[in-house]
This record gives sequence, C-alpha cells and structure tokens, in this order.
Amino acid sequence: MLIEDIMNRNVVTVKPTDSIRLAMLVAAQQRIRHLPVLDENNKLVGILSDRDLRDACPSKFECEQNDEIYNRPVSEIMHRDVITAHPLDFVEEAAFSLYDNKIGCLPVIDQDELKGIITETDILHTLVELMGVQYPSSHVEVEVNDQPGMLADVAAVFKQTRSNVTSVLVFPGKHHGKKNLVFRVQTIDTRKIKTALEEAGYKVCWPQEPGGAI
Amino acid sequence: MKPSSLFIYSKNYQNYRFHDDHPFNQKRLELTLDLLQEMQIIQEDHIAEPRYATDEELSLVHDLQYIKAVKESGYSEELLPVASSYGLGTEDTPTFPMMHEATSLIVGGTLRATELVMSGECDHAVNLAGGLHHGLRGRASGFCVYNDCSVAIAYLRKHYDARVLYIDTDAHHGDGTQWSFYDDPDVLCLSLHETGKYLFPGTGSITERGDGQGYGYSVNVPLEPFTEDDSWLESYTSVVTQVARGFKPDVIVTQNGCDSHFLDPLTHLSCSMEIYRQIPKLAHQLAHELCGGRLIATGGGGYDIWRVVPRAWTLLWAELSDQPIFDNPILPSSWTSRWQSTSPVELPDRMFDQPERFPFIPRRAEITSKNKSTVEKALLYCPRG
Repeated sequence: MLIEDIMNRNVVTVKPTDSIRLAMLVAAQQRIRHLPVLDENNKLVGILSDRDLRDACPSKFECEQNDEIYNRPVSEIMHRDVITAHPLDFVEEAAFSLYDNKIGCLPVIDQDELKGIITETDILHTLVELMGVQYPSSHVEVEVNDQPGMLADVAAVFKQTRSNVTSVLVFPGKHHGKKNLVFRVQTIDTRKIKTALEEAGYKVCWPQEPGGAI
Repeated sequence: MKPSSLFIYSKNYQNYRFHDDHPFNQKRLELTLDLLQEMQIIQEDHIAEPRYATDEELSLVHDLQYIKAVKESGYSEELLPVASSYGLGTEDTPTFPMMHEATSLIVGGTLRATELVMSGECDHAVNLAGGLHHGLRGRASGFCVYNDCSVAIAYLRKHYDARVLYIDTDAHHGDGTQWSFYDDPDVLCLSLHETGKYLFPGTGSITERGDGQGYGYSVNVPLEPFTEDDSWLESYTSVVTQVARGFKPDVIVTQNGCDSHFLDPLTHLSCSMEIYRQIPKLAHQLAHELCGGRLIATGGGGYDIWRVVPRAWTLLWAELSDQPIFDNPILPSSWTSRWQSTSPVELPDRMFDQPERFPFIPRRAEITSKNKSTVEKALLYCPRG
C-alpha cells in the first residue's frame, strides 16, 4: 500500500510570517497537531507541532501578562529540517520513518510541492485495516518452519476448507527456526480449519482446547 | 393470577436449519423442552405460540434490500450472485429453503415475548430460539440471519418508548445488537464475552463505548480465554449490578448464549453449569428491583447441544418461573434414556458438573487479575449506581 492511497490531501498550512496566535487558533479549530509552513512560492520551509506552539507560550504561572509573544512570527519557532515522505513510498516505510525519528507526522512532497500529510493516526488506522479486524472474524495461528513456501502451503489448506481469510501476519516464532503465521478468518467455527491444518501436519497454536496455555 | 413467566415455543422453530453438519442446531430446543417437562417445571399453560415478524418490523433494524435477498435466497435452488455481499451462502450462514419465514418466526417469537411482558400478561417471557445477536443491518453473520434482539429492542423503543438494558452473556460478542444502538442513549448494550483477540467476531473491546449521544451506553467486558466460574461471576455481578442500577431501565432484554461452558466446542472459556444458575438469578432480581419485573430472555449460542444447552436453559427457565434449582439434582432417567441412543456423547446424569471433570487451567492467577483490570476499565464511562 502506498502513501498516496492513505494520505490526507486537505492539508492545513500556515505562512512563516503568520503569528503564533494565528497558528494556535488554526490548530485548535481544525483539531490538528501539526502545521506545515509554506512560503510565498508554496514551498515547504518548516513544520510546527502543537508542542512547539506550547513551548513558545509563557507559563501559566507567569504573573505578568505578556501577550507580545503571541504576535511573533512562526518562522522563529518552526523546525526547518523537515523529514518528509513521497506519495510513492510504502506505508511501512513511512511507519518506520515516524518510529525511527520519534515524530508524529510526515508532510508528503512531490517535486517540491506539498501533496498531502500523513500522521501516526493514519498509519495506525491503516494497520487496523491491514489486520482485518473490521470484519467479523476469528484468530487462527500456525507455527511453521522458517523456510520458503510455507505461507503458500498453509494458504492452500485454507483454500481447501473454503475459508475466507481477511488478513495474514507473519511473526518470528517463539522457537528457533520457526515462524508464526496469524490469520483472521471469516468464520465463527474454526474447527474444520484446525483439523485440516493438523491433518496436513502443521502445529496449530490457536484455537486450543480449554486447559491449554495462551 | 398472571403467571410469572411464559415460554415461547413452536415445533416450526426446527425450520431454522442450515444443514445436518452445521453446528447451529435447534434440536437443542426440543431437548430442553423435554427436560423441562420431565422435571415437571413447565406446564401446558406456560407455553405460548410465536408469531411471524412482519417486513415492517424487520425493517426497524434491517435494510429492505437485505430482506429481499434473504427472501429470494430461500426460494432459489442456485446461490444468488449477490448472496455473498449479504453474507449469505457462506460456510457459517448457508442459505436454506424458506429461510426468511424460518427466521421471521424466531424474530416474531421474541416480539411475542415483548408484547406479553409489556402488556402485563406475564412478568417475564423466554424465547430460547432467539438471541441471534450477530445479525447485522444488511448482512447475515455468525449463524444469524435476522437479529431478533435488535428488532425487539427497536420495537420496544418505537411502541413503548422504553429504556432498554440489553445484557448479552454469550461467549461471542453481541456485535450486531451493539451496532444497531451504538449512538442511542436509551439502549444500553452490555456484553460479557471471550475477548475478540482470538474469538469471532473480533469486536467487543473495552474501548467500544458507543458514539455521540450514546457514548458510555455500550459496555464491553472482554474476558480472557480459559476464564473460570469465579472470575466470570465476579466480573458479571459487579458490572451488571452497577450498570443496571445506574441506567435505571424500564425493561431488561437478556441474551443467554450458553457457549462459555468448558465443553463448548467453539469457544475457549472454562466455566461450569454454575454460571447458568447465577446469570438469570441476578437478571431476575434486578428486573424486579428496577423495572417492575419486566424481563425478556432469549437464547443464543450453545454448540454442545447434548451435555450443555438443555441443562443451562433449564436453569434459566427454573429461575424465571420461580422454581430455582438448589443442590445438585439427578436428571430424570426418562430424559437421559430417551436421548442417550441418539447422542454421540455420554449424557450427564446430574444438573451441575462434577468438579473433577474440569480441565486444569495453568495461568489462573494471571487470567483472574487481567479480568479484574478489564472490569475496572469497562466501568469507566458508563452509568453506575
């Protein structure tokens, strides 16, 4: 899945010369946490997070009112070294970039032009969809050898039982040289699948009989 | 004097039948009624006939297009091309002849129960064929074609403007009913179930609390697999009592799936028959305390139809008809001997389970503590009394 499939295209932005007051107002009204800063040529020159805005404000405990701060331009507090993504990047690259850089959003840039924005919330939502939990489904987990073709072999068993799989995840296994395949299957009754998998020689980690270990 | 409880039953309930190998088997109703009769806790004047739900009543909850597809599927030899987009013709919910009529009778049974209770002809009414809580607005799911619980609740809202407390104790989350009233603050859907992390339908997390005006009016208690009686009952009693007293309903609708038993083949909870004595007991008490006794009970899941369902639902009827069962009586031998030859498993001889038959649960302490914290979180934003 590509960034352009899930990015938000209606980006709310500010200009470097806009005041901090305006930026705070926009962020609050639109209920967003990140504001890309565009210059007069619509080129991305910086980014502001809600934390940058809060850091710039005087403390609540300050006795003297100092409203002057709110009139300063956002160019004074914005981050200029912006980490961005491209519309043709994969979702997993973007997720890794957010995680690795400990940031909450990526402006999406194509040929110097701002095309969209992607936030950690969008990524999480996509992840939820990729895991297939929005359909009524059951969890089936199989331990397989860590070698080529195992996923296809197990998938063939699902085909044979006419089960509709809504998502597949592959995890490193608990045991050396093993991997766990986790399927969400559109059925309430997983017994047929379990039997078919066991007959094909696979170790089924879930479903288990009462008394088994989770 | 009016009877405390009526039992909605028809032989035609057997028409809700997918095929011979399907786990959802209404033979369990026959087994249950027979056990009730053998134990002499039900008489002819306790039994009321169901009626058919009309299309207009079904459309209180379901899309007309979907109702049309269900009707056509029941008359067609071939699978309709649109069937799969309505969740029909799948492994779980295959089509079968006259499926619209068969399901409408079940929905009508729950509506009949509703009318009897609301008109004051009885305090409580039981429709064990009902409890089809996975049925969605425009889609069949998890063995359920139409959702009788949702239709009955919508009917209660429309005709009686009643505040409805729905308590769902099936091991599977009551997703269909929850989504029907997700933004309605006059319907509180409370579901205790095995966590959707592993089990169908995958929903019912504590964070599903309702939407908009209805925020706080969906309460979910997802329990860990292998949860046993003590932890199950502690969670049930604490959540149901507090929520019911806080919500102050006009009527209680319960879904009494009995697939949390350790012998049930589709789930992984490890409870015994004891919870099926306690579940209706508390619901019964609360109905009298809060809503003049008005209680409509439906059936639900239950896939060990020989050893679990007849006993569990006998306990339900016994409680609601003011004939609670104490000690551990021996089941009538006439019942056991009549059915033993058809049963593939050995039938139990007593009402409650022998403790030595329970499986050993290796992580009991962790499971109990996790359930405790789930209960605390589930109660955070809902009405509490």
